[in-house]
Amino acid sequence: MGEVAGVDRPITIAIMAMGGQGGGVLADWIVAMAEHGGWVAQTTSVPGVAQRTGATIYYVELIRPEQRNSRPVLSLMPVPGDVDVVIASELMEAGRAIQRGLVSPDKTTLIASSHRSYAVTEKAKPGDGRADSAAVLGTAGAAAQRFVHADMQAMAERSGSVISSALFGALAGSGALPFARGDFEETIRASGLGVEASLRAFGSGFDTVQAPNRPEPEVAAVAARVTGGSAREQAELTRALRRVDSEFPAEAREMLVAGLRRMVDYQDVALAHEYLDRVGALVRIDAALAVEAARQVAVALSYDDVIRVADLKTRGSRFARVRSEVLARADQVVDTTEFMHPRVAEICATMPAGLGRAIEGSPMMTGLLKRLFERGRRVRTTHLRGFLQLYVVAGLKPWRRRLLRHEREMAHVQGWLDLVARTAPQDARLAVELLKCRRLVKGYSDTHARGQSKFDRVIGAAALVAGRADAADWIRRLREAALADEDGKMLDGALRTVASL
Amino acid sequence: MAERSFAREVQDLKLSAGEVFRGEGILAVTKALLQSGVGYVAGYQGAPISHLMDVLADAQGILGDLGVHFESSASEAAAASTLAASVMYPIRGAVTWKSTAGTNVACDALSNLASGGVMGGAVIVIGEDYGEGSSIMQERTHAFAMKSQIWLVDPRPNLESIVSLTEQSFELSEASNTPVMLEVRIRACHVHGSFIAKDNRKPAFTLGEALDNPVRDTGRIVLPPASFMHEQEKIAQRLPAAIRFIRERGLNETMPGDISEIGIILQGGMYNGVMRALKLLGLADVWGSTRVPLHVLNVTYPLVDEDLVAFCVGKQAILVVEEGQPEFIEQALNTVLRRADVQTRIHGKGALPMAGEYTALVLIDGIRKFIADAFPALLAEMTPAPDPRPLLASETVKALAPVVPPRPPSFCTGCPERPIFSAMALVQQELGLHHVAGDIGCHLFAINPPFNIGATTMGYGLGASSASAFQGRREGGKRSISVMGDGGFWHNGLLNGVGNAVFNKHDGLLVVVDNHYSAATGGQDILSSRADNDTRSTQHPIEDAVRGVGAKWVRRIDHTYSVGKLRDMLRDALTTREAGPKIIIASSECMLNRQRRERPLFNAAVKRGVRMVKPRFGVDEDICTGDHACIRLSGCPSLSVKDSGDPLKEDPVAAIDNSCVGCGNCGEVSEAAVLCPSFYRADIVHNPTGWDRFVAGVRGAVIGWLQRRRDGGRLALA
Repeated sequence: MGEVAGVDRPITIAIMAMGGQGGGVLADWIVAMAEHGGWVAQTTSVPGVAQRTGATIYYVELIRPEQRNSRPVLSLMPVPGDVDVVIASELMEAGRAIQRGLVSPDKTTLIASSHRSYAVTEKAKPGDGRADSAAVLGTAGAAAQRFVHADMQAMAERSGSVISSALFGALAGSGALPFARGDFEETIRASGLGVEASLRAFGSGFDTVQAPNRPEPEVAAVAARVTGGSAREQAELTRALRRVDSEFPAEAREMLVAGLRRMVDYQDVALAHEYLDRVGALVRIDAALAVEAARQVAVALSYDDVIRVADLKTRGSRFARVRSEVLARADQVVDTTEFMHPRVAEICATMPAGLGRAIEGSPMMTGLLKRLFERGRRVRTTHLRGFLQLYVVAGLKPWRRRLLRHEREMAHVQGWLDLVARTAPQDARLAVELLKCRRLVKGYSDTHARGQSKFDRVIGAAALVAGRADAADWIRRLREAALADEDGKMLDGALRTVASL
Repeated sequence: MAERSFAREVQDLKLSAGEVFRGEGILAVTKALLQSGVGYVAGYQGAPISHLMDVLADAQGILGDLGVHFESSASEAAAASTLAASVMYPIRGAVTWKSTAGTNVACDALSNLASGGVMGGAVIVIGEDYGEGSSIMQERTHAFAMKSQIWLVDPRPNLESIVSLTEQSFELSEASNTPVMLEVRIRACHVHGSFIAKDNRKPAFTLGEALDNPVRDTGRIVLPPASFMHEQEKIAQRLPAAIRFIRERGLNETMPGDISEIGIILQGGMYNGVMRALKLLGLADVWGSTRVPLHVLNVTYPLVDEDLVAFCVGKQAILVVEEGQPEFIEQALNTVLRRADVQTRIHGKGALPMAGEYTALVLIDGIRKFIADAFPALLAEMTPAPDPRPLLASETVKALAPVVPPRPPSFCTGCPERPIFSAMALVQQELGLHHVAGDIGCHLFAINPPFNIGATTMGYGLGASSASAFQGRREGGKRSISVMGDGGFWHNGLLNGVGNAVFNKHDGLLVVVDNHYSAATGGQDILSSRADNDTRSTQHPIEDAVRGVGAKWVRRIDHTYSVGKLRDMLRDALTTREAGPKIIIASSECMLNRQRRERPLFNAAVKRGVRMVKPRFGVDEDICTGDHACIRLSGCPSLSVKDSGDPLKEDPVAAIDNSCVGCGNCGEVSEAAVLCPSFYRADIVHNPTGWDRFVAGVRGAVIGWLQRRRDGGRLALA
C-alpha cells in the first residue's frame, strides 16, 4: 500500500501483561519517549479486575504529527492483524496474543519473556499440569515476522529491577521503533525511580536482542563418586556401582545410579544392594522393565517418614540452601521455623512394630497420645531446643527396619512387585505401566492415604484388564485420571468404564 | 488510605488557561468539572471512574480554594440524591459511578430528580462498564436515560471532545431543566491524551448562599398533582428545549464524504473504532477524512429528528453503529424516517451483531457487509483489511488452545481473604459442601480455582439477603453461608443483609470480610476504616453496627491468617444450636495496599540501619512430594511449582518465590490441614544487633558441630 508507519498510519504496540507486572509503566515509558520526541502518542488499557493477577493488555499508538492541521484519529483497541509490536511479559501471554490474532507473520515483532508464571489450573493438579512451553515457542516462531525471546524476569531479578525495564530494553534492541537507545534510556532517567537498577535491566534486555536466543551449553555428565562412611561401606557401595554396570542394561544405568544415591542417603548401603536385588529380579524377567523399575523401586523403598523429614531438615546443606533461597546476606541472621503436625498414626508407625500395633489397638492409649501430642507444632530448627528434637528423631535411622511403618511399607511394596513380576512374562507393557503407578503414592498423612488408595484402586484394576491387548493403555489412562484431580472423581469415572469393558 | 498518592494528578487539576493537560480520560473529565464552575461533586468509587473520586479526595486544597464541596457517598443512591441541591438553586453539581451497577442503585433518586427537573446544571458522569475489562453484567445505561428522560451524552473518545462535552452538558442541563448523563466507556476513561486547559472557575452561586436563602416550590416536589404536571412538562418544554440547544450548539457532528449514496450514523463513543475500520478498508485516513459521510451522535438521547432526516435524505442506505442491545437508536430511527416518509434503507443490527462489544474486527466485518449489501459498487475501490482468521484457523495456532491456560483474576500474594476461603474449604471437607452466596468484591474470586466456592452474586452488599430463601430453621440440617465485604456492608449490607436477617430470624452464617477500607475499588476509606482521615470520620466498627441492629451471635477475628481458628469458628457457626443469624467478622488489612504503604518504610528503616525482621516462606524441595495439596488450598501467586531436579521425582515440586510477603497462610494451612512438613518460615533479621549475632553464633556453633558430626560419617554418592 506504500503507507509509511508512523506517518500515514500509526505504529501500533500491544503489551500483554499480568496484573502487578508493570505493564502500565512500560506503556507510559513508550508514551513519554514518543511525546518527548514530538510524536502524538495514545495509550489505553482495560485493567478492571485484571489488575489482581489476571491477564491484561495495554495498547499504544504512535504517529508523527507532520504538517497537518488536523489531529490524528487513533484507535482505542488493537486491530487483530494490524499490530507492529507485541510485547509479552510471560510466555503463555505471548501464546494468548497469538490466539487473539495480534501477531501477524507479515508485520509483527513479537518480544516475549520466556519465563513461566504458572496459572492456578497448572499448578493445582496433583501430577504435572504445566503447559507445554515448546508449543508456544514453536507457534510464536511461525506466527510472528520476528520473534525475540529470553528470560527477562531472570534478567530483571539479576539487576535488582522489574521485568518492564528488561522488556523496554528488548524493545529498544529490536529496533522496531524509530527511536535511539539514548531516547529509551533518557526516558528511564526522567522517570526518576530506581534508575540505576532499571538501566542495568534495560541493558540486559537490549543485549539479549542483539545476540538473541543462544542455546544453553550442555553439561557433561560426571561419573559418580563415593564419599563418606567407613571403608567397608565405601567398598560395598563401589561394588554396588559395579553391579549396575555388569548386571543391568545400559539405558537404565543413569536411573540406577540416581536410585543408589537415594538409597544410601535414605538408609545405608545394605538398602542399596536390596534395591539392586529387587530391580534385578524384574530385569531378569524382561529387560524392558529396567528404567521404570530403577526409578519406581527406589521411590518405593525410600518412603517419606518422620525420620526422613527430620534428617533432611537438620542437615547443614539444608541450612545453607534456606539462606540462599531467601536471599539472606552473610551479615543477616536467619531464624527458621518448621510446621509439624504429628498424629497418633505417625507416632505409632515410628515405634517398634509390635509395640506400635499394640498401642494402635488400644483406644485408651491412642486417646492419650492424641491429647498429648496431636496438635500443630512450630519447631525452630535454628534454635537448640527445636534442632535437638528433630536431630534425635533423625537419629532413629539405624532402627528404621524394625519400625511398624517399615513393616507395612515393605508388605505393600512386596504385593506390588509380585504383581509386576507375575504380569511381566505375559504383558511387559502392562508391567511397566503398573510400575509407573507408584507415582500416585505421595504426600504425608491424609494426602498420603488418599494417594495410596488411588494406587490400590488402579493396581486393582489390573485384574480386570489383564489379557486385553490394550491393557497397558487402560492402566495408563487410569493413572492419568487419578492425577487429574484431588478427590478422584475422574478416576471413579474411568474405573466405571473399565468395569464395563 | 488509597492505594497511592494522587499528588501528581492533583497538579494536573491546577493547570490554567493555555497549558497542555496530558493524562487519562477520566482525569480530563475531572478537570472539566472544575473548569465548569461546579459547586459540588459526589460519587461512589468503582472502575472505570475511581480515579475521579481518588484524585478529588487528594485535592482538598484546590476544592477548598474554589469552594467546591466533595463527598465520598455511601452509595450511588446517596450520590444521586446529592443532586437535589441543583433542584431549587442555580448550583452546578456532578456525581459519578460505575454503570449500570451503580445506576441500578441510584434509580430511586434519579427518577425523582428527573421528574421534578433541575435549575442548576446536574451532570452524572457514567463509567460505562461494558465490553472487555468489565466486571459487571452487560447492560446499557441508555435504557435508564430513556425511562427517566435524562439526556445521554456520548462524546467522541478523545480528550478535547470529552472535555468540551462535559462543559456543555452543564449548559444543556440548565437550558432544558433536565439532568444529563455523560457516558464514558472503559477505554475512554483510561485513554491517555491531551487537551488545552482553561482556568478553573468558582461556582457562580455558592452552597452557602443557598443555605442562607432557602427557596421552595411544591411544583418541583414529586407528589400529585405536580408529578402529573412533570410528565407533561418533560414532553412539552424540556425535550424541545434540549433539542434546540443540541442543534444550536451543533453537539452532534456530520463529517462529509464523497460517497453520497450511503452514510453511517454512530454513537460518539464509536467514532475512533469506526474511523479505524474505514481506514483499513481504504475509505478514510488517520487524519479524520472519510469517504463515507458520518453523522456522529455525541448526544444519543434525545435524538434530533430533523438532523437525522436531513442526513438520510437522498441516501440509498445508512448503517447505524450502536453498541449493545436492545438497539434503541436504530428502532427510533426507523420511526423517524417512517414518519418523515424517507425511504432510505436502515442497516444496523444484522450487519453488526446484536450483542457484545464492537471491537475493531466486528466493525470491519460489519461495515464491509453493509457496503456489500447496500452499495456493492464501492467494493472494488476498497482495500482488503487485515484479517487474522486464516492464521487463527491454522493447525499451529489451533494447537495452542489446549496449551495456553486461562488466567482469571485471583487473590493477590498474601491476600487476607485467601485464608478465609482456605478455612471454608477445610470446614466443607468436614461438614460437606454448603450453599455459599457470594457478593461483589475481591472475595468473589473464590468462585475460581483453586477454591471453587460461591454459587451466586446478586449485587453489592446483597450477599446475605441473596441467601434469604434458605433460612428456614431445620434441626441438624446444613445452613447457608453468605459472604460480604466491608465495602458492600456499608453500601447496602447492614440493612438489607444484617437487619433483614435479624428481623426475619435467619439461621444461616454471614462472613463479613473486613480489610480495613474499600480495598477492591482502590483502598478508599469507609466508616469502619482503621486509619485516621482528616476529612472523614472513620473507625466505626462493623461489630458495633451489627449488634446495633440486633445481631446476637457475633464473632470477630482480627487476624484472618489464623486458618485453624477461623475454621473452628466457621464450624461452630454452622453447628451451634443458637437461633438467629450467625455473623463472623474476619478482619485483616488488604495486603496489596499494606505492602504499598509498608514496603518503602521497611526499606528505608533497613537503610537507616534499624533492626528489622522480614518473614518469608519456603518449601524444602527434597521433602515436598509434588502432590500440590497446599496449592489447592491456597492459589497464592508466590506459591508455584518447579522442576524437582531429581530424576526419581517425576512431578514438579512446590516452590515459593521472592514475591512472598510472609503472610503466614502457607504454614497455617499446612498445619490446619495436616498437609506436609515441607514448609518453613525464615525470619530474616536485617541489621542484627550484637546480641543477635552473639546468640546466633553460639547456636550456629553447637548446631554446626552436631551437623558435621553426623554428616561426616554419612556415606554418599556424589
